[in-house]
Amino acid sequence: MSAKQDIIDRIRNATGGSSITSEIEYESINRHYRQAGILDPAARIELFADRLADYGSPVYRCAESEIAPTIAGILTERSKTGLLVPRDLPRIWLPDGFYFFRESPDYHELDSSEGVLTDCALAIAATGTIVLRHAPGEVSRALSLIPDYHLCIVFPSQIVETVPEGIRQMASFSTLPITTISGPSATSDIEMTRIKGVHGPRTLEVILVT
Amino acid sequence: MSVRVGEAATAPEFPVAAKKLVSNAQIRQNVRRATDIIRNKRARVVEEVDDWEQLRRAGHEIKEHVLRHLDFYLQQFEAACTRAGGVVHWASDAAEANRIIVDLIRAHEATEVIKVKTMTSDEIRLNPALQAAGITPYETDLADLIVQLGEDQPSHIVVPALHRNRMEIRRIFSEKMNLPELGYEPEDLTAAARAYLREKFLRVPIAISGGNFAIAETGSVCVVESEGNGRMCLSLPRVLITLIGIEKIIPKFRDLEVFLQLLPRSATGERMNPYNSIWTGVSPGSGPREFHVVLLDNGRTNVLADDFSRETLDCIRCGACLNACPVYRQTGGHAYGSVYAGPIGAILTPQLQAMQHSQSLPYASSLCGACYEVCPVKINIPEILVHLRGRVVEEGHAPIVERLAMKAAGYALETPERLSLAQKAARIAQIPFTHDGVIRRLPGMLAGWTAVRDLAPIPKQSFREWWAKRQKEPRL
Repeated sequence: MSAKQDIIDRIRNATGGSSITSEIEYESINRHYRQAGILDPAARIELFADRLADYGSPVYRCAESEIAPTIAGILTERSKTGLLVPRDLPRIWLPDGFYFFRESPDYHELDSSEGVLTDCALAIAATGTIVLRHAPGEVSRALSLIPDYHLCIVFPSQIVETVPEGIRQMASFSTLPITTISGPSATSDIEMTRIKGVHGPRTLEVILVT
Repeated sequence: MSVRVGEAATAPEFPVAAKKLVSNAQIRQNVRRATDIIRNKRARVVEEVDDWEQLRRAGHEIKEHVLRHLDFYLQQFEAACTRAGGVVHWASDAAEANRIIVDLIRAHEATEVIKVKTMTSDEIRLNPALQAAGITPYETDLADLIVQLGEDQPSHIVVPALHRNRMEIRRIFSEKMNLPELGYEPEDLTAAARAYLREKFLRVPIAISGGNFAIAETGSVCVVESEGNGRMCLSLPRVLITLIGIEKIIPKFRDLEVFLQLLPRSATGERMNPYNSIWTGVSPGSGPREFHVVLLDNGRTNVLADDFSRETLDCIRCGACLNACPVYRQTGGHAYGSVYAGPIGAILTPQLQAMQHSQSLPYASSLCGACYEVCPVKINIPEILVHLRGRVVEEGHAPIVERLAMKAAGYALETPERLSLAQKAARIAQIPFTHDGVIRRLPGMLAGWTAVRDLAPIPKQSFREWWAKRQKEPRL
């Protein structure tokens, strides 16, 4: 007998028969937890910024028309000459005087790069979470991971308050690879001391468009 | 089917192992310190969630629902994952899972693999199986790396090297990574791990991972982590092999909204862990080109067969019960002789093995209930512990003397007359052992009880006798 049939049989023996459908029972699961937020947009954005600060991620605020000069300012301050970007990132956000290479598929080039600039699919205020969707042309998994510096642009319309609202939006692209990022890479494996930056980008910064 | 849970079948009994460990002051101090920190962090972030109890209830109900329809959801997952380009394998036991994984790696003629933390792989003893096949596994989670390089065993579900302090870790890294100048600060040690592993992430073509959640509706897998080693393993290699216990299935994508709130707050005391990766089969031009899922039973259907304790399989491996447990906090994880330590280990390990091994574990508890209080999916661990103690006796695993004693007790307690007779007999029998109104030492098997505490003798008059006498006396 195949292992699959064997396991299925053992499950049916244990639970008392096969289950054809379970939709009605699934729908009857009690979900009395909060499904949606209660904050007004301004408070929601403040909550998101507050959570990022808690993770030790600097937040820069600027108007939409100021994105390019804001990026120029950050790069100058960090003595960077440029960043990698996903293929479809709007050019209008990129300031002159710096290089912005469209994503390299070579891991070692990503590793020796100065960092990466991306946008995001959505953000969750309650947990300070940025959600990346890895569709072709958008930020790839390797691009958002291997460089040591990640600068991410978030628009206020992308921010939801609660995790259930965020998951509901993610469900609409659930079969694409998804990464959620809540602060920079971290570990508490040594004496439960939280250390920022292990394998993922050690620095995560956010441009919050106002 | 031959279930294997690490080395649990041959591990010493809990009291024997615990006795040795509690005399190690260093381990006790490390475990106490670390669990204190996580407990406090957890309490802080759980308190701020006003719908925590509702989330716990939903988490419990979703898991119970899945277990009732596990055959349905597993097949739904298989179909969806296959449609998305994944390959699903089924493994009845540890040996079969190891064989499948070794064969997959051999088919690619690889001699090295990178691994994301998976307790399930420790359960099936995958690393020794890989090494026996000439394949070198590199653990990439910091704590797992500490355990692997230290040739040690994990002692905690979430923080496997919790029993080690920075000095010990420094010694291991400095020796094994050949870094004589390495510093002692956690920052230095973390940076050393980053440098040591980065080269492997960029080079090794096959990765092995576990999975926190497998979504039946979409065929997706979700891995919850902090360091980024998970993302490295899940997205850079050409081939990804994911080992998942069959109980890790959740019905729909939306159910993540419950578990991604419960798990990080319970496990590490964070509002959200730094990284979650969710992927479905293979995606053209991004991530691994080949994706295999190994669905593992290895005794999980044994657990499923017991209606009363089935909810053991609800566990999402957050480790909160370990941190809360007064027994675990004294002994640390190694006393449990299993990769699954603490209260959840005490109920999971013997059940996976159909109660044939690890029978001392259900007794490794004071039944204080702290584990149930903190469990994010409301597993009633204390009740299951008592239930399993019953099974140990009923299925004949208890020592003969204990069974005879229990039988005698059952006989004596059956009628008031027998109890009264037994009390009278005991009152006479205790005379030689009673000094100054206290029993300090009992003979034979009973000596265990008085080894660490005094016993009050049975009083001259029982409540029943006092009551009968009182009824006869004239009332004022």
